Amino acid sequence: MQAIVNPLPGESSGQASGELPSTVSAPQTASVLKQLVGTLKSGPVLVAFVILCVVILAALSAPLLGTNDPVAIDPGSRLRGISPEHWLGTDAYGRDTYSRVVYGARVSLIVGAGATIMCILLGLLIGVVAGYFRAADAIIMRVMDGIMAIPSILLAIALVSLTGGSILTVLVAITVPEVPRVVRLVRSVILSVRSEPYVEAAISLGTPAPTLLVRHMVPNTIAPLIVQGTYVFAAAILIEATLSFLGAGLPPEIPSWGNMMSEGRMYFQLLPGLILYPGIVLAATLLSVNVLGDVVRDVLDPKMAKKS
Amino acid sequence: MIGSASHPRKPGPSSELRAPVLEIDNLAVQVVGEPPVRHILEDISFNIRPGEMLCVVGESGSGKSVTSLAVMGLLPPGSLRTSTGRILVEGEDVLKASQARLRELRATRMAMIFQEPMTALNPVEKVGEQIDEVLRIHTKLSRAERRAKILEMLDAVHMPDVERIYDSYPHQLSGGQRQRVVISMALILEPKILIADEPTTALDVTTQKQILALIRELQKKHNTAVLFITHDFGVVAEIADRIVVMNKGRVVEVGSRDDILAYPREPYTRMLVSSVPSLVPKQRAALKSDIVLDLKELSKTYAGRGFFGRGRSIAAAQGVSLSVRKGEIVGIVGESGSGKSTVARCVVRLQDPTSGNILVHGDDIAKATGSQLRPMRRRVQIVFQDPYRSLNPRRRVGDSVIEGLINFGQRRDEALNRARELLGLVGLSADAMERYPHQFSGGQRQRICIARALALDPDILVADEAVSALDVSVQAQVLKLLDEIRERIGIAVLFITHDLRVAAQICDTIVVMQHGRVVEAGSAAEVLTAPRQDYTRALIEAAPGRDWDFQNFRPL
Repeated sequence: MQAIVNPLPGESSGQASGELPSTVSAPQTASVLKQLVGTLKSGPVLVAFVILCVVILAALSAPLLGTNDPVAIDPGSRLRGISPEHWLGTDAYGRDTYSRVVYGARVSLIVGAGATIMCILLGLLIGVVAGYFRAADAIIMRVMDGIMAIPSILLAIALVSLTGGSILTVLVAITVPEVPRVVRLVRSVILSVRSEPYVEAAISLGTPAPTLLVRHMVPNTIAPLIVQGTYVFAAAILIEATLSFLGAGLPPEIPSWGNMMSEGRMYFQLLPGLILYPGIVLAATLLSVNVLGDVVRDVLDPKMAKKS
Repeated sequence: MIGSASHPRKPGPSSELRAPVLEIDNLAVQVVGEPPVRHILEDISFNIRPGEMLCVVGESGSGKSVTSLAVMGLLPPGSLRTSTGRILVEGEDVLKASQARLRELRATRMAMIFQEPMTALNPVEKVGEQIDEVLRIHTKLSRAERRAKILEMLDAVHMPDVERIYDSYPHQLSGGQRQRVVISMALILEPKILIADEPTTALDVTTQKQILALIRELQKKHNTAVLFITHDFGVVAEIADRIVVMNKGRVVEVGSRDDILAYPREPYTRMLVSSVPSLVPKQRAALKSDIVLDLKELSKTYAGRGFFGRGRSIAAAQGVSLSVRKGEIVGIVGESGSGKSTVARCVVRLQDPTSGNILVHGDDIAKATGSQLRPMRRRVQIVFQDPYRSLNPRRRVGDSVIEGLINFGQRRDEALNRARELLGLVGLSADAMERYPHQFSGGQRQRICIARALALDPDILVADEAVSALDVSVQAQVLKLLDEIRERIGIAVLFITHDLRVAAQICDTIVVMQHGRVVEAGSAAEVLTAPRQDYTRALIEAAPGRDWDFQNFRPL
């Protein structure tokens, strides 16, 4: 049954022998950047790019954007509507909703970036080991299968109840279930590259294994990892919001979009903005990341690109 | 048959008198995009008459495949489009036809066979049903009639046990059988034109011979016009009525088979035809130098890894013994699956032999591992088939060439000097060092690979189909280079090839392999002119164009 091969995500399917390699190579880096800039000409991509830039800028310069202390409680002005002092009103403790939304962007981006970096570093390391050292492969991949079976929410609840909620706990809870996907991706790339003639040529030239990996094999994983990274980024933001909404994520004193919505739930009929403002910003951020992720994939990985 | 009986024209005595079934007139194809306009094809004009076999030959990039795609209306939308010209199929302009009309034309007037039969067939559908689909869409035959017609067609392409084939999946068939299925699918509606794009390139020579004979036979029977695209002048000499020579998107020369092969007018055609290596081996004195490489009873068995129970094991090489002397080129020839590449990979120790000895100057490297193996790697180097994948695209050529030297502790500046020297040896200038592989052509890349392999001063160079992916003119240059290097530095070469012509040109000794065993071995002259084994004889007889002397432009 050699005809039916189940391609792993990211694995190039059925390379015909005469076909030119379509991997991105060093000399093409400039043209890839040019292509990425070129995609900004399309309307939706430009909108997504602008939204993400605004969110990032807001997170970086939160104290400069006319915000108050996001955790300052003011019982005298609870559940107010929009006013010159409180641009988006206040919540049940009198905290300024606008400030909390802006500071919430920090949390979301830290969680997103942190989970992405941890996932990619761990996934790259484990994936390379699994892909190159055949003896380790079976064990590592079965462990990864096991980890994939753990629901992230369940893991988060367990971790939070053991160690208490903090950004680190949430990061671990998000990273662990996402790592196997990255491992699979890296492993499949390494497996397909190891039979490339230039890798075999390097072996016959006596290149030691670590050099072989770093010089000839790992660079091939960069493009698919960047693409995978955008998805991890979006997923991490969403999972953090979900966890915080369920009360299994960040403690209430840290302003995050998830626990803002959770707290605002009770006052939805009175002040729908308490849910809507963080919700809209969350949705817009996620949509932007996903749109940009698709664009990056289309440019870096033309084979996976949707047929227009 | 039905097609020819309903044909309005009377069949003439010779095809020249009949109106052409396909006329390509002043066709130009350009790349879609911003100016400046880049033309892939320009000024292409030729025609085919019913029952004629027209061969389009050219090297890679000559535009021969694009021409065929244009005829089928299959140019990739968004990247290529026709800018001028007409393609008339029985007087109807394909370029003006609607998509619906094109679909109808494709099945009933013109059909196509591709190079790789595996990718042309759906792997998860029975082949009978795949052929049935064509009939279901384009005819009003009942289920039973369709089945009968398909079985008849499978029989016409000389398939054994047609009922079983009908219910087979593509992976259950051999390469030749798959190509027969593709041919029956193409011909079942009796098209007027059959376009065959390198239909035998992926097949072994003996299978190729059968498929060529089959296409010829069906063509005669149905009076089909065949547009046969190939790079192989052997095949052309075998089957063509007329030949179109293409180069860089233009038609160089059109003429009858004998005109082109015996009296080529254009210098390009002359060069192309005379580059085809001769099947007559060069006479060389037997070498008496030291034995550098000695294989003793080398075997490689792949253990099938069954998940449940025992897997079956496959013997890729069994008891292979051969020796290579200093300055000698030993060719291993055989069809796919003969184990010739396995032997090469074992010698370079990219694979571990199951048993046997590989003696390099008397030292056995068959069982060496790790730190013992590393110093041995200096002595044996390899050049692969595919020049496009043999160099790391992210590294400069200079860095690739010096990689081995650096690994064995040479200083970088010394290594770079050596690399410059080596690039000179293979005929490239020193400024190649700073460039990336994608800036070089296939032949140049193969030269770089040879330079890289020579950097460590190996005793043995293994060339695994090293010229098979190259165009004939480039192939001739690389073969000449290998021969020069052998003369100059006296390296021993183990040359793996499926192409007897190449083997005849370069090898002193030829070893013929089949099913993992050595069938026959001897000097090139002995093996090629007086083969002792039936299998060797069959291989030689299957070599296309063996009755034509290409270098001297005359039949043998």
